[in-house]
Amino acid sequence: MAYSNKAKSFYNGELNSIRQGGLFKEERYIESPQAANIKVEYPLGAPQKQVLNFCANNYLGLSSHPEVVKAAHDGLDARGYGMSSVRFICGTQDIHNELEKKLTEFLGTEDTILFPSCMEANAAIFEVMLDKEDAMISDRLVHASIVDGMRLSKAQLFNYKHNNMSHLEEKLQETQNCRFRLIITDGVFSMDGDLAKLDEICNLAEKYDAMVMVDDSHASGFIGKTGRGTHEHFGVMGRIDAITTTLGKALGGATGGCVSGRKEIVDLCRQRARPYLFSNTVPPVVVAASIKVIDLISKTTERRDKLERNTKYFREKMTKAGLDIKEGETPIVPVMLYNAKLAQDVARDMYAEGIYVIGFFFPVVAQGQARIRTQISADHEMEHIDKAVAAFTKVGAKYNILGKKRDEIIAMYGL
Amino acid sequence: MSEDVKKMIIDYVKKEYLEEDSGVDVNENTKLISSGIVDSFSMVSLKMFLEKKFQVKIPDDKATPEAFDSVNNIIKLLNDFTKT
Repeated sequence: MAYSNKAKSFYNGELNSIRQGGLFKEERYIESPQAANIKVEYPLGAPQKQVLNFCANNYLGLSSHPEVVKAAHDGLDARGYGMSSVRFICGTQDIHNELEKKLTEFLGTEDTILFPSCMEANAAIFEVMLDKEDAMISDRLVHASIVDGMRLSKAQLFNYKHNNMSHLEEKLQETQNCRFRLIITDGVFSMDGDLAKLDEICNLAEKYDAMVMVDDSHASGFIGKTGRGTHEHFGVMGRIDAITTTLGKALGGATGGCVSGRKEIVDLCRQRARPYLFSNTVPPVVVAASIKVIDLISKTTERRDKLERNTKYFREKMTKAGLDIKEGETPIVPVMLYNAKLAQDVARDMYAEGIYVIGFFFPVVAQGQARIRTQISADHEMEHIDKAVAAFTKVGAKYNILGKKRDEIIAMYGL
Repeated sequence: MSEDVKKMIIDYVKKEYLEEDSGVDVNENTKLISSGIVDSFSMVSLKMFLEKKFQVKIPDDKATPEAFDSVNNIIKLLNDFTKT
């Protein structure tokens, strides 16, 4: 069929409505490696600007770490560029197996299977684990990739209010007749930066004979004393049945993800997971670099310790400066502005001050919860953080929001 | 449909989707989906509740965000699919 005018004008209409709704997303070109300090061309055609990056998932600062880059070069030389095959035909190298073993050991699970991304791990796992006589009981603020993954499963869908354990318990009671129940949550929630109460979740799971699945993408590598993730933080290692996580954030930041957990679940993924069966896996160069990443963070907790110090310092300074941040302990630090336009205006002014941050608003977060999500990295030095806080203080004063809380900010700017 | 049905749905929406301290009031005209009180993901559980409670089957193609966007809309939808 031809690309008709009808189709063309329909797509243009959709694009226009996105623009009119103020939701049009633009890319900004970074003309340097990913790091705390980056060179950006924005808007397109503007002169290159040196800014501090406070919105990357580069928690451990490993994205451009010299040893990781070298391992990638070596991997490229030793094992080539592409595999031109899915895993089970001729797309598995010894290093894929090595990385899976290293991830298993690092995460403290029984086995691991790599996926091209965590999005695809989440697309696979529910369909593999559950069928129509089963129930998925998920936190309402789980990542979009989990929502999509759950849609691919025939299991019945239930969800509970964010981090609300009594509501979760109600759902567990409601679903007693199902064959299997799976409690589904993020370990660290990406927009609020808060932690799932995994200890309580595991207790409820045991009480009601349910399994637990955690997406630890915003935790693997730095949450917990040795960075194993949210399960380490809450002392429930060995009690989580399936973890999905990404290599695309703290663990080098390139691409790739995995399902790690009970041996049978991983084995069944190898037989039935469609994104594993019908898509190439992580390329050799990324595998080689990821092995180096796991080696680096297994040897020393230096980077996650620095991240923890940086986070504490930033949170204290921002609170002292009078910004309304969501309390917590993770390096995801939302600066609450409530009003969507205000969030965009503040982000734009921060960029002018040399700090790269982004405003988030409905539908990415709930209506009236607009914010700037800042993310701290082990790559940040104290002077970077000081500079960011100074910029927030200057811009915050311009909009008269310093020392103001939710109701006062809404009274000035509306929802 | 009776006032009881209206109240039952409003109570369910409040209990199921709002935090106790949210300060949001829900009446029959309150926008549920477009306001973000019920996200598109949670609409599935709302549909399930309605089907179970009122013994109806709402076809997937009729379970649109518009049809669920207020308690009044939901009642209209239920009326369409309730056997008389």
